[in-house]
Amino acid sequence: MIRRLACSLAASALLTLPAVVSAAETSAVNEKFRWLTFVVFGAIIALTMFVTYLAAKRVKSASEFYAAGRSVSGIQNGWAIAGDYLSAASFLGIAGLISLYGYDGFMYSVGWLVAYITVLLVIAEPCRNIGKYTLGDILAFRNDPKSAKTVAALSTITVSIFYLTAQMVGGGVLVKTLIGIDYEVSVVAVGVLMLAYVLFGGMVATTYVQIIKAVLLVTASILLVIFTWAPYGFSLPGFLQAAVDSANVQGQVTKLIGDAAKNMTPQELGQRFLEPGLFLKNPIDQISLGMALVLGTAGMPHILMRFFTVPTAKDARVSVIWAMGIIGGFYVLTLFLGLGSAINVGQTEITRIDKGGNMAGPLLAQFLGGGPDSMLGNLFLAFVAAVAFATIVAVVAGLVLASASAMSHDIWVGVVRGEHATQEEEVRAARISSIIVGIAAIIIGILAKGQNVAHLVALAFAVAASSNLPCVLLTLYWRKCNTGGIVAGMIIGSLSAIALVMVSPNMTYPTIVKANSEKAIKAADEKLVALSADLAAATDPAAKAKVETAIAAQEKAKKTALDNVVKLGDATTSLVGLDKPLIELKNPGLISIPLGFLAVILGSLLYRDKRADDLWDELYVRQNTGIHAEGAVAH
Amino acid sequence: MAKTPMNWVAIDQDPRFQELHRKKSAFLWGLMIFSVVYYFLLPIGAAYFTDLFKIKVWGPINVGLLFALSEFIVAWGIAWIYARRANSEFDAMTLEINRAAASIGGAK
Repeated sequence: MIRRLACSLAASALLTLPAVVSAAETSAVNEKFRWLTFVVFGAIIALTMFVTYLAAKRVKSASEFYAAGRSVSGIQNGWAIAGDYLSAASFLGIAGLISLYGYDGFMYSVGWLVAYITVLLVIAEPCRNIGKYTLGDILAFRNDPKSAKTVAALSTITVSIFYLTAQMVGGGVLVKTLIGIDYEVSVVAVGVLMLAYVLFGGMVATTYVQIIKAVLLVTASILLVIFTWAPYGFSLPGFLQAAVDSANVQGQVTKLIGDAAKNMTPQELGQRFLEPGLFLKNPIDQISLGMALVLGTAGMPHILMRFFTVPTAKDARVSVIWAMGIIGGFYVLTLFLGLGSAINVGQTEITRIDKGGNMAGPLLAQFLGGGPDSMLGNLFLAFVAAVAFATIVAVVAGLVLASASAMSHDIWVGVVRGEHATQEEEVRAARISSIIVGIAAIIIGILAKGQNVAHLVALAFAVAASSNLPCVLLTLYWRKCNTGGIVAGMIIGSLSAIALVMVSPNMTYPTIVKANSEKAIKAADEKLVALSADLAAATDPAAKAKVETAIAAQEKAKKTALDNVVKLGDATTSLVGLDKPLIELKNPGLISIPLGFLAVILGSLLYRDKRADDLWDELYVRQNTGIHAEGAVAH
Repeated sequence: MAKTPMNWVAIDQDPRFQELHRKKSAFLWGLMIFSVVYYFLLPIGAAYFTDLFKIKVWGPINVGLLFALSEFIVAWGIAWIYARRANSEFDAMTLEINRAAASIGGAK
């Protein structure tokens, strides 16, 4: 039955896609070649559905559903971690940041790799040794199981929902921008596909989908980099010099630094692109984000869960090392993708379709294949678009599996049933939880349409770094840590991170937006007056056309500003009733992470818990040696 | 599958385990602190030592770019150093403790 359902779901996902393509206003794919995109999409979806079909036959026990029977090899798991971790934000977003802001974009990517040092050194192996399926299992080892599992599950669901929302909304927008499918349809397509993987194939299918996605992503990036770099004889200074010499790059720097550009030579302008300070202006914010990344990755439930899929702690080590190689290598490649796109496509074209620069990579692919009107160019673009789609689905599947496991394994089996549930009951509970989370993800994705959700990714990392990580780290390494500390740390860490974001500049402040919009409208009006004078004075058609384009641009800017004011309606204060942000910090990590650690420490010292103390020796010996660790399932 | 009962307190106090604990703690936390400090030097350097970051070293390649690239090399280097030490030394020590575990302190 399951197999038939999986097939029909796949078929319906395939059929609905082309039927609802809306008129392409600004999508990246040339309408003439849209069928090509669907062929590539179809091929990738068919492949992932095939592995799900194979996986569905295998998944019968809880260990298979949550942890792929612990039979994933270290290398496979390394690829799967990369597939779980490299979201569309890193694939398209960072290449975009580099194409628009040069050095700062590259610097931004570093933290995402460094984060894995924490995972490798102090988290992966101990967690594999003492854990079973979830974050809750790790924390329940020596703390009161019901309390620990409850707070761990709540935190897992919170972190996953934040991340999930960002992925669903980002994915919907992305697919719409790339190929012009309606936003709602692409959200539903992502949701249905992901649900099919998780529901039928559990962790087995999710692992394979993540591996397939990582292999596709890395292959696509390597090919693009080879094509981009080859004209410069694979010379690093030669390639960077081309960026410095590029008129696109020089123009972009002029736009970014304004008046300061007046006294600079074109070479100096180009070189400025390779220097810091064009995007990341506040170092404190960056350090705050850096802390959230470096400590948050190790507390991400969907990443932690991956370590339970390998047979031993040593395999967990191997998998993190592979993941670091793949993830780091990928970020080095994005330097070439971003700069290559800046040189060949140009920032004007990149931002025409998407202001954030997300189209830098896809448009570079189109250029390398021969441009927007060529078959090969569109095939390249279709491939990159399909990889982006696979990227979103794979990350979302990992997140849904993590939160569904928290619901079924921690809450239902652990807390409600007091650990008394048969394998069948547990797997059924896990599947029902997956459906609940999957449907919730689709609904949230549709409701959050048009919302600015980019900061939710950073918030997810900040919450994980402020609550999950202090709890895991201290329960593993600090004898005095106990239930009181875990409960206090989870609650104070996550609530403080969320509360700080609510009063931060990330929220929308109507008064500020209105003031800015009015300023923008006034500026546009002044420019329009000047431009209409120019238009009257212009004689030759070329000059006239140029002025007309400038007028159109100003009118568009004015309309955007007006729309912004209209969108706000009568609102005068932010969601929590503020006129302006209370703190300047965009990422709460700098404050909430120390608070989280402090809460665990104080909570532990103020609370007496004999069990936590009695079990310390057992935990410490087991996390170091792997004695009595959960073993692999034989096939 | 029934698991052999162990005397965890005795294993924890066993000199072999204590040695593993000492060696691992010093090594891991040392690497951890070094990597965090090295990572935060990048945003701090970019913000407060801009003139240094701008110095051109090789064609258009400046100190800042080299420093950012070195972050990758250092991360991979730490992974390599850790893996080498863990594979050669920690794994062997762990294996020895695991073999002896059931008999340490007389199983309860």
